[in-house]
Amino acid sequence: MQLLINGDYMEIPSEIDSVSSLLSYLKLDDKVVVVELNGKILEKENQSQSLSDGDKLELVHFVGGG
Amino acid sequence: MLKIGPYEFSSRLLLGTGKYPDFETQKEAVNVSETEILTFSVRRMNIFKPDQPNFLEKIDVEKYSLLPNTAGAKTADEAVRTAKLAKASGLCDMIKVEVIGDEKTLLPDPVETLKASEELLNEGFIVLPYTSDDVMLASRLEELGCHAIMPGASPIGSGQGIINPLNLSFIIEKANVPVIVDAGIGSPKDAAMAMELGADGVLLNTAVSGAEHPVKMARAMKLAIEAGRLGYEAGRIPRKRYATASSPTEGMSIG
Repeated sequence: MQLLINGDYMEIPSEIDSVSSLLSYLKLDDKVVVVELNGKILEKENQSQSLSDGDKLELVHFVGGG
Repeated sequence: MLKIGPYEFSSRLLLGTGKYPDFETQKEAVNVSETEILTFSVRRMNIFKPDQPNFLEKIDVEKYSLLPNTAGAKTADEAVRTAKLAKASGLCDMIKVEVIGDEKTLLPDPVETLKASEELLNEGFIVLPYTSDDVMLASRLEELGCHAIMPGASPIGSGQGIINPLNLSFIIEKANVPVIVDAGIGSPKDAAMAMELGADGVLLNTAVSGAEHPVKMARAMKLAIEAGRLGYEAGRIPRKRYATASSPTEGMSIG
């Protein structure tokens, strides 16, 4: 399955079928990550949402800033 | 007490988290500053480097209120999106609205700041807009319902200190919500001056993170803000053109 993640196309194994499994696959599951899926921001409780080919994701976090 | 919306803070120093030499120094600086509010930015993750350390993981998040900013936004829509992303973390509902209108000076775009603030207030955020030192704009932001007004002292990261104390004092005098002087603070003197003008708080970042000794500067800023506030509350003496002796003139032995 191909996903567009943070502007880069990535080939993801097809068993990675939800946002939460993608986060574990990317080793980001213990991080503070906010996910935007196809332009819609996911609340934390909706991270079980399923993924399909061609989905566009933005994964953002907090970084230092003033 | 500094009251911002439903929240109360005993520290009047809001500290930015950008550009520290290393996490250890930063952690210690945050600690000695005794700040209770830390600002952050929202950015794309580098998904190819999942192990990259993040300052949020280094601190006890429960101990601090997070104030994410919308830095990077040039329009109200971009600021609103960033704010919503930040809130979806479930870690905060305060937002520093920062909509930059000019790349060189990083001065805020007043029209877009107003629009973004209005929309975010409607969405239930606790809204703290970073704004220029325009007195009427500060008023308009307060009328919208903003929970604090954050006028800049001088351009972001410039360390030029308070360029227009008169305007700042007008804003402070007129406001019924906290006024937090944000951006441009260079030294403890500037922070103390902001507080002596009657500001309710000071937000700074580079003045500490870029100092030769950030931990010492963090403590200096804490003390300056406390001293400035105390001085404001104590009420300074009026300025006079000529001297007035502090020692009594009566009973002087003339030899």
